[in-house]
Amino acid sequence: MKSRYDIAIVGAGPAGMAAAAAAAGHGASVLLLDEQSEAGGQIYRAVSRQNFKDRNILGSDYYEGLDLVSELASSGAEHVTGATVWQVSPEREIGVSKDGTARMVTAGQVILATGAQERPFPVPGWTLPGVMTAGGAQSVLKSSALAAPDAVFAGSGPLLYLVAYQYMKAGIPVRAILDTTPRANALRALPHLPAALRSIGALMKGRRWIASLRAAGIPFIKHIEDLKLTGTDCVTGVEYRRGKRWRKIDAAQVFLHQGVVPDVNLAMAAGCAHRWSAAQLCWHAETDAWGETDIPGIAIAGDGAAIGGALAAEYLGRIAAHGALHRCGCLGRAERDSLAAPFRRALAGEMRLRPFLDALFRPPRRLRIPQGDATIVCRCEEVPAALIRESVALGCLGPNQLKSFSRCGMGPCQGRFCGLTVSEMIAEARGVGVAEVGALRLRPPVKPLMLEELAALAVEPVSMPGKR
Amino acid sequence: MASSTHTADAIVIGGGLHGCAAALYLARSGLRSIIVEKDHVGRHASGVNAGGVRRLGRALPELPLADAALAQWRNIRDLVDDDCGFASPGQVKVAETEAELQALKARRETLLAHGFGHEEIIDAKQLRELVPALAPHCVGAMRVRGDGHADPFSTMQAFKRKALSLGVRIFERAPVETLQKRGGTWRVTSARGGLEAPVIVNCAGAWGGRIAGMLGDYAPVEVQALMLMITERLKPFVKPVIGAQGRSLSFKQFGNGTVLIGGGYRGRAEPERNLTHLDFGGLAANAAAAAALFPAMRGARILRCWAGIEGHMPDGIPVIGAGMEEGVFHAFGFSAHGFALSPIVGKIIADLVATGAADLPIGAFSIGRFSRPAA
Ligand SMILES: Cc1cc2nc3c(=O)[nH]c(=O)nc-3n(C[C@H](O)[C@H](O)[C@H](O)COP(=O)(O)OP(=O)(O)OC[C@H]3O[C@@H](n4cnc5c(N)ncnc54)[C@H](O)[C@@H]3O)c2cc1C
Ligand SMILES: Cc1cc2nc3c(=O)[nH]c(=O)nc-3n(C[C@H](O)[C@H](O)[C@H](O)COP(=O)(O)OP(=O)(O)OC[C@H]3O[C@@H](n4cnc5c(N)ncnc54)[C@H](O)[C@@H]3O)c2cc1C
Repeated sequence: MKSRYDIAIVGAGPAGMAAAAAAAGHGASVLLLDEQSEAGGQIYRAVSRQNFKDRNILGSDYYEGLDLVSELASSGAEHVTGATVWQVSPEREIGVSKDGTARMVTAGQVILATGAQERPFPVPGWTLPGVMTAGGAQSVLKSSALAAPDAVFAGSGPLLYLVAYQYMKAGIPVRAILDTTPRANALRALPHLPAALRSIGALMKGRRWIASLRAAGIPFIKHIEDLKLTGTDCVTGVEYRRGKRWRKIDAAQVFLHQGVVPDVNLAMAAGCAHRWSAAQLCWHAETDAWGETDIPGIAIAGDGAAIGGALAAEYLGRIAAHGALHRCGCLGRAERDSLAAPFRRALAGEMRLRPFLDALFRPPRRLRIPQGDATIVCRCEEVPAALIRESVALGCLGPNQLKSFSRCGMGPCQGRFCGLTVSEMIAEARGVGVAEVGALRLRPPVKPLMLEELAALAVEPVSMPGKR
Repeated sequence: MASSTHTADAIVIGGGLHGCAAALYLARSGLRSIIVEKDHVGRHASGVNAGGVRRLGRALPELPLADAALAQWRNIRDLVDDDCGFASPGQVKVAETEAELQALKARRETLLAHGFGHEEIIDAKQLRELVPALAPHCVGAMRVRGDGHADPFSTMQAFKRKALSLGVRIFERAPVETLQKRGGTWRVTSARGGLEAPVIVNCAGAWGGRIAGMLGDYAPVEVQALMLMITERLKPFVKPVIGAQGRSLSFKQFGNGTVLIGGGYRGRAEPERNLTHLDFGGLAANAAAAAALFPAMRGARILRCWAGIEGHMPDGIPVIGAGMEEGVFHAFGFSAHGFALSPIVGKIIADLVATGAADLPIGAFSIGRFSRPAA
């Protein structure tokens, strides 16, 4: 790693790989950083060293990632694996740790391609051992071909069905799928159907997964309105409600999922402006047509800015790369525009499906905002829902202020996992919009950093403390 | 709302610990006050500080106040109905060389000459017994028993709650925009409407110089962004608060196991936008100091670094006392060590307002010590 690059990209998923490949070869020095041990991001995790011999298990969409991985490898961009980025400053200084050594790299242009994370699912018992996210289960399957048999999959959204389908294809028994997609969503999604029908192929994929799961005899229970995970030391069962009736199934393993939201942590810590998206129920970065944020020289591409899926992420990565090349003087305006044009067209096609998916899989309020008082919201500091409501009653106006009322968001994850829940809860309790309440602000380091790594950072202090 | 006028006996500008403490003591003297705060209570230095309560190393003029404050901290529940997380495991300032130890001894002599005996010198062996985790090269230390720390969050909340319960009104998100005197009455305009009172108390922290200017006084406040970092929870390994004679370091482990590391390193402040920016070079130097004194900490994970906006005076001691105009009182510019003093300064201000006199010496803190630079 050098100490300075023209363009630095954080995240080697489809957005970051495409951005790096597109940016290289125009005379700019390009650095791509990712904490994973190989390129791929979420969707194409470990694609270049996949253990499963049978390609049907993870499916053809997954192996499409190989093209991007090889395009990246031959592009001339410098890809550093195992590199955790713990800060990006408005001056585009990137703090990165690799193999226990921290360093500061500066870049003329930064593209954040940090992707998505799964939406919190704060139902009673969600923090019990034996409960994890469906995406987490999929990561283990992709990277080490490990899986837990007889799991209950609960929640909603394409990724939930996909992971269950991949499990089934891998021959791992699935106990049941409890679908929490609200019945009323179909009606709300209807107006977006005509546009979505133009991407009929993608639309049918999900239906095919569900049909295959059903055909394999896996119970697929729809319209579940409420969920509880039970057990004392670890999860032993799932209680679910349809209408007025509660039922229970035993389970030693539960995979929860209700959609993905942008991973905004680095961008927010850098100070990039975000707005609340009522359609996707999450924070979106304010970006221009090239992905550039309100902080000059910092752009965001892919699911890290707004959820669009892997193909959209790839196109957005290429578009952002051309924007960055232009800003650093490597591409003229006309050339930039014409090189980016095909990707803009492809992106528009890809985004036709989004409003339909957003409406269809919109998670219900009662599964986003804990209903009971005892449900844990912040798992690091074990803060229950009641404490957050009490804090609002005592005058707490927003998630950052909440730190002085409870320790919510002050543990190791700094609120990366509970931030959305907290903002929505405070908004509900105050009776105002989430935009007014704001987001939990992360402080650098955005990922934990060892004291000795920080101590060895070769950066001179700007000022030394005066003697007191 | 914006057109109504609120009246009180005093208007306190700034909802930090000092504003709340002053309002609380004013209420105890039977005076009704309104706190106007531009953001929310505890948004700035008072809500993000290190919570250190020390006499160790304080400037001489502050010592009588620090002594009196410590007595209040010991019984803080009587004042605010909450223990504020106060603990008094002592504070220790480590010497790593003989020369540093000599400097500490000289300081002790100076204090003794002024009648203060709280700073003791301990040798290497006593130091090791007191702080076994300390690096073995340390040769001795200064120790102050009874010093300690409190939890800044619960302290801030407790002071606010107590003030409210005594009838203090708090207007948040109400920046003071103009200040005018008509007859014997100060008139304040803010986003929450007009306010009138015969007395203004300036507790505006880093913004105290600006407010002083609006009141006809002058104080050269330097706005600084002081940085801190905190680790994950670690097994208890150090009780007293640790500082060092030869390094900029302040180091303490809280009851929940997290370790707070500071040392006066500065980031960059943008007080107009309520923003601070970290300087990782400074944090690195700070981390290096901590790692040198506590080798076992090297592998500990830092979870968060932050900076708080604080007002510094050129001589490192605050402004406390009456202003030039009738009915004006100041308490700001606490220069990175005002948390510990807040209960006593609140009392001093209330005494000044109510009786015109304080029962502790505050002459050194007069705003009159600064003279306006020639234009
Ligand atoms: C758990 C999970 C599983 C998913 N699986 C699928 C799937 O199978 N199929 C599908 O169509 N969609 C899947 N998605 C949706 C996915 O968001 C998109 O399909 C696509 O991966 C988005 O591409 P991206 O390039 O924007 O981000 P990602 O592919 O998410 O890539 C982001 C990359 O940034 C890296 N990164 C983030 N922060 C840092 C940091 N601070 N330092 C260093 N590196 C960092 C991550 O390691 C990651 O490799 C999944 C999402 C999640 C959250
Ligand atoms: C990182 C850090 C660590 C520290 N550690 C310690 C420690 O260990 N021990 C110790 O004793 N001290 C410590 N301090 C210092 C201590 O925190 C401060 O001295 C103390 O909190 C000052 O309190 P205050 O009420 O004067 O100021 P503040 O808490 O800053 O309050 C002033 C308030 O005035 C408001 N205001 C300003 N202008 C206006 C306006 N125009 N209208 C309305 N409101 C206005 C501001 O918004 C602010 O909330 C530390 C400080 C920092 C930043």
